[in-house]
Amino acid sequence: MSKTGLHVADKRVIEKKGLEQILNLLQFEGYQTIGPIVRDKAIVLGELGSITDLPIGWTDFQEAGTYRLERNKRDTFFEYALGPHSWKKYLHPPRVLLWQARRSDTGLEIDEQKQKVPKYAFIGIRPCELSALAILDNVFSSGDFFDPTYTLRRKQAFLMAVNCARPGRTCFCVSMNTGPAATSGFDIVLTEVKVQGSHIFVAEAGSAGGEKMLTKVKSRKAGEKEIKFEQRMLQRARMQMGRSLDTSNLRSIFFEKFEHPRWNQTAKKCLACGNCTIVCPTCFCHSIEDSNSLSGDRAERWRRWDSCFAQDFSYMHGGMIRASVASRYRQWLGHKLATWADQFGTIGCVGCGRCITWCPVGIDISHEASAILQEIKPPGHNA
Amino acid sequence: MKAINKEPMASVFHPVERFIPETHDTFTLEFRPKNNSAEFHFRPGQFNMLYMYGVGEVPISISGDPANSAKIVHTVRAYGSVTSRMMTLKKGDPLGVRGPFGRGWPIETLSGHDILLCAGGIGVAPLRPVLYYILAHREKFGQAILIYGERTPGDLIYREQIEKWRGRFDLEVNVTVDSAREGWHGNVGVVTTLISRLQCDPANTFAMLCGPEIMMYYTIKELKNRGLPDNHIHISMERNMKCGIGFCGHCQVGPKFVCKDGPVFLYSQVEHLFRKQEI
Amino acid sequence: MKISESELAGHPFFEDLDPELLKFFSASAAHANYPAEQMIYREGHEANQFLLIRQGKVAVELFSAGRGGLVIQTVGAGDILGWSWLFPPYRRRFDARALQDTAAFAWDGIFLRQEAEANHRLGYELLKRFSKIVVERLQATRLQLLDVYGKHA
Repeated sequence: MSKTGLHVADKRVIEKKGLEQILNLLQFEGYQTIGPIVRDKAIVLGELGSITDLPIGWTDFQEAGTYRLERNKRDTFFEYALGPHSWKKYLHPPRVLLWQARRSDTGLEIDEQKQKVPKYAFIGIRPCELSALAILDNVFSSGDFFDPTYTLRRKQAFLMAVNCARPGRTCFCVSMNTGPAATSGFDIVLTEVKVQGSHIFVAEAGSAGGEKMLTKVKSRKAGEKEIKFEQRMLQRARMQMGRSLDTSNLRSIFFEKFEHPRWNQTAKKCLACGNCTIVCPTCFCHSIEDSNSLSGDRAERWRRWDSCFAQDFSYMHGGMIRASVASRYRQWLGHKLATWADQFGTIGCVGCGRCITWCPVGIDISHEASAILQEIKPPGHNA
Repeated sequence: MKAINKEPMASVFHPVERFIPETHDTFTLEFRPKNNSAEFHFRPGQFNMLYMYGVGEVPISISGDPANSAKIVHTVRAYGSVTSRMMTLKKGDPLGVRGPFGRGWPIETLSGHDILLCAGGIGVAPLRPVLYYILAHREKFGQAILIYGERTPGDLIYREQIEKWRGRFDLEVNVTVDSAREGWHGNVGVVTTLISRLQCDPANTFAMLCGPEIMMYYTIKELKNRGLPDNHIHISMERNMKCGIGFCGHCQVGPKFVCKDGPVFLYSQVEHLFRKQEI
Repeated sequence: MKISESELAGHPFFEDLDPELLKFFSASAAHANYPAEQMIYREGHEANQFLLIRQGKVAVELFSAGRGGLVIQTVGAGDILGWSWLFPPYRRRFDARALQDTAAFAWDGIFLRQEAEANHRLGYELLKRFSKIVVERLQATRLQLLDVYGKHA
């Protein structure tokens, strides 16, 4: 039995041709195949026509506040970490038209948007990102309601994941128990193995749909040496995490440490630009905007991404609840690492490291968390 | 309680049936639900998202009688741009409604107890449905007391109704204002002064508070001085709301979503969050 | 009509007071009655009386030329009325008007001040109880100032 517990064939091996076949089959079945592409000097998410659209031979260098692409001279397809886009771009789109209303003789009528729900195939989704989707699944269907925009797209999505053999320097999926190998939540998972002139993908199905797909393409059973090599690669990747985070007492970050002096210190650097919330794969806050045409005969309700760093995010008649940058930073970090668990049963962070990479001043969530968790003696207190 | 809308983000437009001015900046709207359902059911303490066509949407507590499913009633104080524009509504004008949302006052679970309602300002509106419920099931409860504080006598709402209720032998109604002109013969002083004079048995009394946070804060202090335990006090909190259904993240107070975990909270469960600065 | 210690002891102001001091207060107390709408004292008048309201309601007012009388506070049974008799210049700062038929206990302010100077135990008890009330009134007044029901709340 495979790691996923499904009675599928043991691990298989496909070649580049097989990968292209899968892509074509998905497109034939009506999926929009989305995956990593190079654009604007970064690896972002976009439509894949063929596997040649993937960032072949590219790798990335990431550090706090730093991102750049480099060539790796190996013609690999997936030897990089994550770019600024996350899959919420597709499942929880930045702008959604919820409905339009128009004046008619009978009064006001709402035309609900009966848009066709796109069928997405996510190619190259990483293990931490699979965890992020599982987290968002929880967010958008807890309580009495569920969010149809997310839920309908999510239900139809085909997920072909890729394990991370080469983590980035800002990654800490091991601390968050979300990688570098995927254990569930995918239709197919691949590990790219390029060594000594052979370039293959060890493949494993994680669902009936994934299994079906694998049987349709040319593949062979994976050999013992290949499986061992794959395991060693992933084990090495576990050792190469650039960051770590102690998750044993994260809840105290929001509750006991509410008045920790670190909040004010970090606020001096933080620009409240909201980059972290844009790149974070689990940040879901959005705003509802009502607008109307100049003539007044049509009104629209839109939904758009919002950020708890926005100055008016907490605005109520009279003023802002969280006026200071320190309070907004604490809200973001406290929510992500602490109160999220109270709300949804898991920690909100998957250790993808994007917020560290894309913070213009290099604020590091893992450093902030450990700084706050350290015992400090408040000024004026005796030992 | 399931919302009357199939799609919780889509407002259903109802025509205004009555516009009742209460004070210079406060008014009550009554709608008759149309279309999907001929009935509107809600629990005291819940709110609707009210959408003024072309202007915007705001959360407003429902202030009517929960036993009357033929009407949707809201009392609104003009605080911002949307609520100020709502003051121009006339009979027949449409208003978008979606809801009811939120957790209400747990009045049904408090049979056999004494109930103290503490209202500050427009906070009396979400408490009025509780009073309707109590009066409709009067034998189920012990003492019933309403204390209500406003800025000036001119700001008091539901005046006729409150004066009528004052006349009942099975209800105690105490009203106070922060300041008044000569000619006002009622109490003047903050609403907390009404609590110290109450005759009540703290072990059997359950309090429901609604009003500005500072008012609730001082009221809670007074109630605790009188011996009410934290788990006998319920408060209604308020935050910026956009979706009203727990998805947009705006209304969070620590781990709580005011729109779906509240707006009514048991004080003992939010004591560590309430009045924490910049939470 | 003589006022007994037990009549006074029921009031929060005299709670836990030494029996000897309670005797002093009951012996020096007098009844004071004000029909509804009567002015009990006026702003600027000499403050010579210490009043403890037994029943009724009194409005503490400040007169404003443009707006008439502004009621700052109402006091009722168990409350004390006025403390300007304790501090120089011993002049009332506000008007006090009975809103209902009001009955009170009254003490001569000058007499009480003299006795308090002579008997410091009496003085301390008096001031201890007054300061508590003043602090509570201050807190309440601050709340009123915040205008919590206003738009900017």
